[in-house]
Amino acid sequence: MKSAIITFPGTNRERDMRLALKRATGREPLMLFHRDELPKDLDLVVLPGGFSYGDYLRCGAMAAQSPIMKDVKAFAEKGGHILGVCNGFQILIETGLLPGGLLRNASLRFLSMDCHMRVERAGTAFTSRWQKGAVFRSPMAHGDGNYFADDATLDRLEGEGLVAFRYTNENGDVTEAANRNGSARNIAGILSPNLRICGLMPHPEDLVDPLMGGTDGLPMFESLAESLVSA
Amino acid sequence: MKARVYVMPKTGVLDPQGKAIGHALEGLGFAGVNDVRAGKVIELDLAETDPAKAKAAAEDMARKLLANTVIESFRVEIP
Repeated sequence: MKSAIITFPGTNRERDMRLALKRATGREPLMLFHRDELPKDLDLVVLPGGFSYGDYLRCGAMAAQSPIMKDVKAFAEKGGHILGVCNGFQILIETGLLPGGLLRNASLRFLSMDCHMRVERAGTAFTSRWQKGAVFRSPMAHGDGNYFADDATLDRLEGEGLVAFRYTNENGDVTEAANRNGSARNIAGILSPNLRICGLMPHPEDLVDPLMGGTDGLPMFESLAESLVSA
Repeated sequence: MKARVYVMPKTGVLDPQGKAIGHALEGLGFAGVNDVRAGKVIELDLAETDPAKAKAAAEDMARKLLANTVIESFRVEIP
């Protein structure tokens, strides 16, 4: 699998992502800056977490206008696989590659803690190593992760099986207490209709090695490594 | 020519900042504040001298960048 991680001024989680991809695929991902061009032969593009452009205007709004995002949009149109984590999810939303919006956390607090997520859609390039309903732990760290969309969009996401992950307690129950940022219907991550673009707020890349305290997030990267085998 | 773009959370969209400001006002003893909504104002200095064209340009800018119309509504004023 040939992957690239795109960084912007203010991105700060690219090394964690690099480590996760290296661990799952055995290959170093390409590290690109926002002024670079996107190579043509990629299997996966990753937008990592951080605070691109200082979160000016709205989180991800400035990065969405940067030159390389034109290439990323073209990559998406050709059916390329894209993963956006945290600020990367915000950028995908601001680019219009995923629907909805991410509001300030309902508590107004920056939330830096572990959460649990339930896999709502298995069998995708991002989730094939999990069973539907599997629950895993993941760190999260964000101020604006409160997923919002109008009811029609939420119904469509649910109806078409495009909700990838939901915040739950460790037993997999969808509760209000587990939904720390206040997201609509406990939604933590969503998929594009072709199942090739995935965005989520928590950081599975930060639990991929026993030295990090666990490997709960590793299945996501193993799924990608298994699904996106380069020719 | 100046244009002022008012960006507000859409009706029905949770506005935690507005809520927090409301609570703080209550804490200060201001009674009777039924609701608070917090948005932002963006001032543009445009080369355009025709008010109608300036307004149309600012609205286009708001749709494409200044507001996220999924969660925010906007209004342009030429003062």
